[in-house]
Amino acid sequence: MSVLKKALSAVVLLVGFAFIYLPVIVLAVFSFHDGRAAVPPFEGPTLRWYAEVLSDPKVGQAALNSIILGLGSSALATVLAFLAAYGLGRYRVAGGEVLKGAILLPMNISYLVIGIGLLILFRNAQLPLGLGAAGLAHVIMTLPLCFAICLTAITPKQVRLEMASRDLGASQFMVLRRVTIGLAWPAIIAAFFLAFTLSWDEFIMTYLLTRFDVTIPITIWSMLRTGLNPATNALGVLVFGFSLILFVMFEIIYFRKSARRTGP
Amino acid sequence: MGKASTDRFTGYFYVTPALLVLVIGFFVPVGIMAFASLSPIKPGEWGMFDNYARFLGQPALLGALWNSLFIAGIVALASVAVGFPLAAAIVFGVPERHQRLVLTLLILPFWTSYVVRSYAWLLVLAPNGVVNQALMSVGLITEPLRLNFSVAATAIGFVHFFSMLATIIIYSGLRQIDKRLLLAAGDLGAGSVRAFVRIVLPLSAPSIAVAAFLALVMCIGDYITPQILGGNTAPVLPQAIMNQLNRSNDVPMAATLAFVLTTVVLFVVTVCVPVYRARVKS
Repeated sequence: MSVLKKALSAVVLLVGFAFIYLPVIVLAVFSFHDGRAAVPPFEGPTLRWYAEVLSDPKVGQAALNSIILGLGSSALATVLAFLAAYGLGRYRVAGGEVLKGAILLPMNISYLVIGIGLLILFRNAQLPLGLGAAGLAHVIMTLPLCFAICLTAITPKQVRLEMASRDLGASQFMVLRRVTIGLAWPAIIAAFFLAFTLSWDEFIMTYLLTRFDVTIPITIWSMLRTGLNPATNALGVLVFGFSLILFVMFEIIYFRKSARRTGP
Repeated sequence: MGKASTDRFTGYFYVTPALLVLVIGFFVPVGIMAFASLSPIKPGEWGMFDNYARFLGQPALLGALWNSLFIAGIVALASVAVGFPLAAAIVFGVPERHQRLVLTLLILPFWTSYVVRSYAWLLVLAPNGVVNQALMSVGLITEPLRLNFSVAATAIGFVHFFSMLATIIIYSGLRQIDKRLLLAAGDLGAGSVRAFVRIVLPLSAPSIAVAAFLALVMCIGDYITPQILGGNTAPVLPQAIMNQLNRSNDVPMAATLAFVLTTVVLFVVTVCVPVYRARVKS
């Protein structure tokens, strides 16, 4: 009985892993393909596509733009989200639930819709498109998630510690810096990494709102016109690898630290 | 909760910066879009819901709405159908201490970007890609199947992504089931199939609903996957919106379609969330 159950679950998981990893493996294998088109039979291996992609100044510029956009928008979104979470989680605010709902609302709206709205706004206001416009869009996209994460870090225990430090003579700024942020920093850093991961992968709003400051997802998008090109595979593998590093950092910081904090 | 009630305005002070950015970056643009969807294409020819009437009068645009709903529905069902067995296999078949690792590994490709993931499926489904070559070498087909640029390709790309999401959501739902209930059912003479149908399925229903709901909502709003994998064979609403914007340069119609899209999503949210809440309470 138990053996049967184990065998069944092993088969299910095997099929599942095969389905989930099929595209990833094909992508990775054919990034080392020594031929013009990334289709079987496999020849190689070669690293020339990686060399080509890494030495392409356009890819370098796009990576730089992606990183600037990601760092800027994530930092702004995290700061705004933390302050909002602190204000709503720590203080009694009339209409607090409505405000929470308003901050979380953009999660329910398609990014395409937000992107077009911003595009029309920037056109009408005759503001320049570019990384700034895309950055605003990315802040709107990541603010709700950062807010939700930061809200989990504002706890009653923290409120008691804040009161204690205030009784001991700490100023409001000092309480915020030493106690609140001191206790909440794993959530704050995790929110930042999650925001960066989302920004790094975001396509549609960036596509609508940047004219010439292309980012990595848009570079890959325009490379698709060249067909099934192993260079696209190589860039795809590099981008995936970078996303994984970001995700692992998020996991370690958020779950390890919160496990340690709530643990015995 | 021990919230400080000394200063009534301190809370607002901290929320204000976020609200300001939200107003400029979200509420104003969405408001402008609402206005744009009501404005005429040619100046002067004002008619309140002209654009919505135009939308209802164009079979191609209505077709895009239908394609969106059809694909999203199929994808939501299929993603749950793939995600549930995977989650169940981890919860009931993998030792407790390895479960988190197996789950993390299984959904790792979730973190690939939309564009890269869709491109990877383009490779897999290509006329001379691995799927076609495998099928031909087994002798099931003699001519390569045309898999790319079809509704099926779009659906496969979506299901790949959302089944990972469904797995993690349903996993956490299944984990919350008290295993003693299953032991009790066994003691009372229920076989594993019966225990599964009467206990596991109803108790994990809320997580299944959440997974399907998220797949539905996120799928309807996505442009990339259908554009890369589906091409223009059966354009969905986001593709129709981009076409209005880029090819026809018809901003009012793009805004109108965007509002139709938003209405559909908000309808799903307002219908599903209360139903789900009621279920959880009972």
